[in-house]
Amino acid sequence: MPGPLEGLTLRGGLTRRTIVASAVLAVLVGVMALALILAPFLWRLGRNLAAERAERIRSQERAELAAHLHDSVLQTLTLMQKRAGDEREVAALARRQERELRAWLFDGRRPRDESSLAAAVESAAAAVEDAHGAAIDVVTVGDRRLDDSGAALVAATREALTNAAKFAGGAGTIAVYAEMGPERAQVFVRDRGAGFDPASVPPDRRGLRESIVGRMERNGGRAMIRSAPGTGTEIELTIEMEPA
Amino acid sequence: MNDDPSRRANEAEPAVVIVDDHAIFRSGVRAELEGRLDVRGEAGSVEEAVRLIAAEHPDVVLLDVHMPGGGGVEVIRRVARENPAQRFLALSVSDAAEDVIAVIRAGARGYVTKTISGPDLAEAVRRVRDGDAVFSPRLAGFVLDAFAGQIPEAEVDPDLDQLTIREREVLRLIARGYLYKEIALELSISPKTVEAHVSAVLRKLQLSNRHELSRWAVERRLLD
Repeated sequence: MPGPLEGLTLRGGLTRRTIVASAVLAVLVGVMALALILAPFLWRLGRNLAAERAERIRSQERAELAAHLHDSVLQTLTLMQKRAGDEREVAALARRQERELRAWLFDGRRPRDESSLAAAVESAAAAVEDAHGAAIDVVTVGDRRLDDSGAALVAATREALTNAAKFAGGAGTIAVYAEMGPERAQVFVRDRGAGFDPASVPPDRRGLRESIVGRMERNGGRAMIRSAPGTGTEIELTIEMEPA
Repeated sequence: MNDDPSRRANEAEPAVVIVDDHAIFRSGVRAELEGRLDVRGEAGSVEEAVRLIAAEHPDVVLLDVHMPGGGGVEVIRRVARENPAQRFLALSVSDAAEDVIAVIRAGARGYVTKTISGPDLAEAVRRVRDGDAVFSPRLAGFVLDAFAGQIPEAEVDPDLDQLTIREREVLRLIARGYLYKEIALELSISPKTVEAHVSAVLRKLQLSNRHELSRWAVERRLLD
């Protein structure tokens, strides 16, 4: 009776295949079911971890912000209340705080290069603002590497600003404009003070003659002074670069 | 709108509204401007600003650059849909060049910093009302920076993509802290001509697709 035997073999083969197939299917279904059951847990777990991490970063940032505000803005506000009677001092304090906060907020993203001439001009202006309580606005266009002649330009700028702050600091904002390119760097310092006749500057005014004009000339640059009584003063400082 | 007699009577005293999300700053500006300008109202958000401007039709809107919900740029965009002639003067503590250029390119006719004195601000508003552009030294610096450098001859639209030598001179003098009348004296031109140069620069700033300007803006994350 070959029929039934064959059938049996056939059935046996089928059975074996079926068993394998259903086993695979069972495993697959099991995995899928497990995945379905676990998915929300896994998802939630992942999300919680990410949220926790974000929260940790956020609270670190908050702590850093709080520390910064405490050290800077709160101290300044306290100081301003104590000095409330001194209008000039209060304005100077507010200005310095504004500059610091602004640097912290904006420049933090784009750190300034130590070797930047523009940055050096800005910090010279900041130093004079702090020392003399004058208001100085700095506008820079372009930049170049801070070399020896650049350093001389910065030193002369600082001297010009100190003069402006001393003699015209009460007469409005002092404007600094610095334009820096590959061939030339120029700084203009303009105040709104009483002005003077440059021809009649007494020889003992070393600041103007030595620290500004002399220094620029020694470093291959030049200084020009435009002033007349009643018009304020503008000092123009220029260095030309030798071709690289 | 311009035939409104109450407004014509106020010709010497422009009507303004102040848009800024900081109440303390709005009241400060208002105190500085009272008696100098006709302050019609204040708004502290983009929504409020759009409503207030539609209701008051001020000559000039004093507009903060940074505000939640899209900032000054969004206010200009939404107001311009109904009233493209509305004039805006940006007033900000923001030093970020990309934000300032964005609000100018959106349509503001000038930019001054919040440290400006009351009389100077009133003068700037009058100038914007009269259709002139108002450039602070800082904005002049940004523009000189943006238009610096050479671009290939073939790509240049001479009307839009380059500043003339005269325009550069004017911008440089503004950056140096000169007033318009001092610039006129220095360059031996009339104050009206100075204003015309500044307005021409404003137009270029708003319309130019200058390669350099876009690249510069991208570097400062202004455009996508």
